[in-house]
This record gives sequence, C-alpha cells and structure tokens, in this order.
Amino acid sequence: MAGRSSGKMQLTLPSDTEILLTREFDAPPHLVYEASTKPEHVRRWWCCMEGFTMPICEIDLRVGGAWRYVMLDPEGREVGFHGEYKEIVPNERIVHTEIFDPFPQAPTLVTVTFEARGGKTLLRSLQQCASKEARDAIIESGMEHGAAIAWDRLEAVAGELASGAARTPAPAVGG
Amino acid sequence: MNTDRLDATFAALADPTRRAILARLAKGEATVTELAEPFHMSQPAISKHLKVLERAGLVSRGRDAQRRPCRLEAAPLREATVWLERYRELWERRFQQLDDLLEELKTKEKRHGRKK
Repeated sequence: MAGRSSGKMQLTLPSDTEILLTREFDAPPHLVYEASTKPEHVRRWWCCMEGFTMPICEIDLRVGGAWRYVMLDPEGREVGFHGEYKEIVPNERIVHTEIFDPFPQAPTLVTVTFEARGGKTLLRSLQQCASKEARDAIIESGMEHGAAIAWDRLEAVAGELASGAARTPAPAVGG
Repeated sequence: MNTDRLDATFAALADPTRRAILARLAKGEATVTELAEPFHMSQPAISKHLKVLERAGLVSRGRDAQRRPCRLEAAPLREATVWLERYRELWERRFQQLDDLLEELKTKEKRHGRKK
C-alpha cells in the first residue's frame, strides 16, 4: 500500500509537547541534506498533495537566516510556514524554528539529524512545541492540508487497524 | 475535533495492558473475571484499567448487575486513529517523493562523480 517506499517511517509522540518522525533513506547523508536544504529540491517533495502548488520556497541557509514555505491549496488558500535557522552542521544536523502562519504566537523548535548508516541515512525530525495545544494544532494542520488525500484510503487504514485488533489474540502481559 | 477526548483516548492507549484489553474486547464482550484471567492480574487491577478505558469512552459496561459485561466502543478509537493517521499519511507521502528525488540525485552524482 505504501508504494515503493524504501524505508518505514515512524511517527511517535515522545511527550505531550513533541512530535518525532524517523525514516531511513537509501542515499548517503550529504544527498538527503542537499535535498532538504535547496529550494529546487524541497519544492519537489515537500508539496506532495494533489492540486497543491508551492509558489514560495525560500531558504537562507545560515545561522540567523530565514526560511519560508508557502503552498496554495486547490481553492487558492495559503498554507504557510516560516522560521529561522539556529544551528547548522552540514550533512549532520539542522536546528530551526518553525511557525505555522495562522499561529504566530506558537513557534516550535525543529531538530533534524542525518545519521549515516552504511550508505543510507537515518533521518530524525523532532519538533518541540511550547504546549500540548500547540502540538495538537500542528497535527490538525497536517490534517487540514492532508485533506486533499483521499478519505477512503484513510478509512481503509483505520479499518485495517480495527480488524487487526479483532484478529490479534490478547497477548500475555506480565503483571 | 474534541482534543480533550483525544487526550483521554491517547492516555488510555498508552498502556500495553489496556491495549490488550481492547484487543480482547474487539472479539466480543467479556466480564471482569474473564478479562482478568489471561493477564494474570487481580480483578481490582483490571477494574482500575477498565475505569481509565471507560473514562476515555473506549469501553462501556452492561446493565446486568451481576456480570456488568464490558464492551468495546470503537468510535473514539477511530477518531484518534484517523487524527494521527492523516498527519502520518502527509509525511509518508513527502518522504516517498523524497525517495524519488534521492534516486535522481544519486544517479546524477554517479554520472558526474562526487566533487569533494
């Protein structure tokens, strides 16, 4: 179902205020880093929903430099994000702030690391929010611009989980 | 979206025993005694977990005063799943497109040779 995905993404909520994404890529860190920091590359993968366009993708890759991504949904509404680079270690680590335009009062801090794994790269992106409400708003914003993604497919995922739960025998859990 | 209820749902799901109780209830209703058995736990311990699940709206109890069977309530579970799943789906799509781009960059690099 996930198509030709080369690695399995993990999405976890390590605490009430954090979101952690982990994913392995079949390319060395310098390429994953390049793909994450050059606008002409970012445009290719970051704006992934059908009917969406990405008119603005600006990256001033230096400490104190700004970045700004703006997508337009199929109705022409802006979905914008921006922030500032706090720490840059080429091919290894980027720390930047991220603000979802509708919530300027709730900046988050994102730490992305690129870890070499024998020719591959383990990418970890940890997003730290000021409050649980802010974190939930981010996840809901994902839902919002993910709305272009067919509902039936998601319903299928939920359905699979539900029937999986029905099939799985209750594991023996140690007291 | 009612985030308070989602919080309760996620908190309830954070515990492996409670997830196992839900998996058992997905197969049909059960009494506390029946639930306690496979977990090697005391009934009061199971009852405590059930209270958390009840508060999250994930489990309801029957009226029968003697047995009070527990039943799975799927709606909040579905809501919690869909809530996170859509965010997950968004990033999985992004990363799949990044996979494609990386294939291109690897090919290009191989053709030109990597300059240090």
